[in-house]
Amino acid sequence: MAADRVCILAWLRRSAEVLHEQRDYLTTLDAAIGDADHGINMDRGFTAVMDKLPSVAEADIGTILKTVGTTLVSTVGGASGPLYGTAFLRAGTALAGRQELQPADIVTGLEAALEGIKARGHAQVGEKTMVDALSPAVEALKVAVASGESLEEALYAAGAAAEAGMQATIPLVATKGRASYLGERSADHQDPGATSVTLLLRAALNGK
Amino acid sequence: MAVGLVIVSHSARLAEGVVELAEQMAHGNVRIIAAGGTDDGALGTSLMKVTQAIFTADSGDGVAVLVDLGSAALVAEMALEQFATARRQRVRISNGPLVEGAVVAAVEAAVGASLDEVVTSADAAVELNKLSKRT
Repeated sequence: MAADRVCILAWLRRSAEVLHEQRDYLTTLDAAIGDADHGINMDRGFTAVMDKLPSVAEADIGTILKTVGTTLVSTVGGASGPLYGTAFLRAGTALAGRQELQPADIVTGLEAALEGIKARGHAQVGEKTMVDALSPAVEALKVAVASGESLEEALYAAGAAAEAGMQATIPLVATKGRASYLGERSADHQDPGATSVTLLLRAALNGK
Repeated sequence: MAVGLVIVSHSARLAEGVVELAEQMAHGNVRIIAAGGTDDGALGTSLMKVTQAIFTADSGDGVAVLVDLGSAALVAEMALEQFATARRQRVRISNGPLVEGAVVAAVEAAVGASLDEVVTSADAAVELNKLSKRT
């Protein structure tokens, strides 16, 4: 089964709702090891995305994703603006012109997003960042799709892998991003970026 | 004219303060432009502000961009990527410390140093010894 533009728009809408609901939670996580703005920034960014989506509601999926990217870059304010912005721009470029996505296309889009975030943030797995949730999610999605599981099952696997990766950030000492300024004191806290990645991937299931 | 400078900070007031300090050394010969805070004036960085500041600072001789914290560098890198090749080739981001880097860069730019020289000096400002007599 494929995901069409309606599915993508529903996912984005659900993402905006979830980020709004979890705004204080994300900000609390960020207050412990960062600059206490991640929830506020993501909520502001996705509120702007919601305002923008009607203008591309009839466009192809690549255009929709690229519009999300440019909107996030210009409205989020923190480092997550360029990072999520690049992720959506790269995914949109990888899926340019598409009217619907097969499970393998979703792997392609998410891989492009991951590569974009790694390139933009010069980040690798294990540095207590978004990458720690997104990288295992992409891997799990790829495995599930390759073994012929349904899109729902594959997305579930991706969300579960992201959540495990998110939880695995707790003991890590941050070496990238604002939390790295805290050195050893960044350990024992869950990374806010890995958390928002997990929320967005989970929203893909709820939004269907 | 001279290499221009852009001061990117999460804080608008910090960016303006650094511009003030750097201008004191440049005697009006260098375009030094602040790009601090988000579009709505909160703490953060703005791609739009950084992009516009680079345009304003660029007299054709190039622009050195100084940044305060890591995410300011991300925004500056993104700004560069959207430029056409010709402009992108005459904009460089310095890894130097914001205050010392900006002051050193202003001095270099004011005497007509090239973009490479300005950025090299700003990068090297991390080695400046503030506690004199200590080596």
